[in-house]
Amino acid sequence: MKKNWNEWSWGWFLIAPTIIGLMVLNIIPIMQSLYLSFFKSGDFGRGNVYVGAGNYERMLADSQVMHAVGNTLLYTILVVPVSIAIAMVVAVLLNGKLGGKTVYRTIYFIPMVAAPAAVTMVWRWLYNTQFGLINYMLNQVGLPSVDWTNNPKVAMLAIAIIGIWSVIGYNMVLFLAGLQEIPKDFYEASDIDGASKFRQFFVITLPLVSPTMFFVLVTSIIQAMQVFDVIYMMIDVTNPAYDRTVSLVYLFYNNSFKYSDKGYGSAIVMLLLAIILIITVFQTRAQKKWVNYM
Amino acid sequence: MTASNRMIKFAAHALLLAGACAMILPFVWMVLTSLKTVSESTSMNPFVFFPADFQWVNYAKVLRQNDFLQLYWNTFAMMALRVFCSLLFSAMAAYAFARLKFPGRDFFFGLVLFQMMVPTQIFIIPQYLMVDAMGMRNTIFALLFPGLVSAFGTFLLRQFFMGLPKELEEAAKLDGCNIGQTFVRVMLPLARSGLVALGIFTALFAYKDLMWPMIVNTNADAATLSSALAKIQGAYSVHYPELMSASILAIWPMLLIYIAFQKQFIEGIATSGGKL
Repeated sequence: MKKNWNEWSWGWFLIAPTIIGLMVLNIIPIMQSLYLSFFKSGDFGRGNVYVGAGNYERMLADSQVMHAVGNTLLYTILVVPVSIAIAMVVAVLLNGKLGGKTVYRTIYFIPMVAAPAAVTMVWRWLYNTQFGLINYMLNQVGLPSVDWTNNPKVAMLAIAIIGIWSVIGYNMVLFLAGLQEIPKDFYEASDIDGASKFRQFFVITLPLVSPTMFFVLVTSIIQAMQVFDVIYMMIDVTNPAYDRTVSLVYLFYNNSFKYSDKGYGSAIVMLLLAIILIITVFQTRAQKKWVNYM
Repeated sequence: MTASNRMIKFAAHALLLAGACAMILPFVWMVLTSLKTVSESTSMNPFVFFPADFQWVNYAKVLRQNDFLQLYWNTFAMMALRVFCSLLFSAMAAYAFARLKFPGRDFFFGLVLFQMMVPTQIFIIPQYLMVDAMGMRNTIFALLFPGLVSAFGTFLLRQFFMGLPKELEEAAKLDGCNIGQTFVRVMLPLARSGLVALGIFTALFAYKDLMWPMIVNTNADAATLSSALAKIQGAYSVHYPELMSASILAIWPMLLIYIAFQKQFIEGIATSGGKL
């Protein structure tokens, strides 16, 4: 590189705020979190005691952490495929020549702009065992009431429904952007060949939208693995379904800030980091098998 | 139009309409419940869909017991400051990463990418300890703190700058503009749609954030709309009409802004979300 002090100093000057900020707010905290995970926090934050791998040993033996790993994965498996499938169908329908496209698009995106805290409250009310609208409607068609928020067997399903409902609009918008990049002549050519709309979807649309699909899949999984708001607002620690619904991030929050054991909380967040990294590496490998870049 | 085509169109509308109802229903139920008496909201036989009289008193009660003006201000100030900081610092860094050559550029950009791959919870305890050590808990600054700089914004705007033609910068250089002037006068105006997209994205996710404000601003008068709702839910426990009034009070400003600027919102999310 030719020495160009003018350009160099402008470059350093322009990136300085961001890089200093990143160092202080993000890079050093990663190391601090790792460091903290080897300590047991004393009461009132005083007297941190070095415990070596103690927090990690405790974590692997802690049935609640193991539950949380399972719950987080279950939530992800319930939410990601269903929300992607529904969003894809909606996006394909809206991509055609259909009246009222923008109205539909606007409506499907609404859950995305509402605070999760508010949204979960109304869902909790809809799910209410005695007075909820959902159970009322179930009863009307002759089905029994379900204890959506307290029954350990169904609470996660109830939470996943909220998760799916909230994220469909977001994924739909991303898919619509991806669909618009597919050249129209592909469809025209296959119209002339007499291909049906369903065949076109599988032969043209799906392969050509696969880069967007990959992107949405990766980000949705990472988002889902960090689920917190909905579960926090819906299930408190005394809820009988707590063990079956608590997520890793919820457990991280409880340990770090409710029980003030920041060392143990840091160990839990390290576990989350490890799981996300493994999944991401795995996905990037699998990507070559099904994603078509034009 | 053939009969089968008409059938497909009809089926598509039916499907989309059903989905749209499912999207809207919780909000409709929120509004209806917020205007009911407690006994109307818990009456099963007969089940009450519409309140006999609109119980605006629910809103009055929630507004009396919670300082919503303060909550609106806290939330707005957090969003505005986060948008300002992320736009300013990200645009500066993004331009340098996209167009300038200087030692360490690739390494520093690697840091930006690295930050984006890590789950955000990993930063929270140290960030909280920093805010605490500065004695800044329960302030607007605390709400802004994690959003002072944005790796994602830097990445997004760099993509944007890289897509702009180089000729304009060369023309500016010939006119005697230095690098700073070229950035401010030529490149920033060209990146307007990218800046708008990042601004909307930042504002929306700041507004929705629950965990950080809950941890760092525990005082009722320093909370945001989201974190205040979490507290209100505990306080009102089963008084659903009042809980729904509080929810509506928390979501109407963002809903209104969204309805007014839906095109910018959706395009902003499509461009920024698509690059995340």
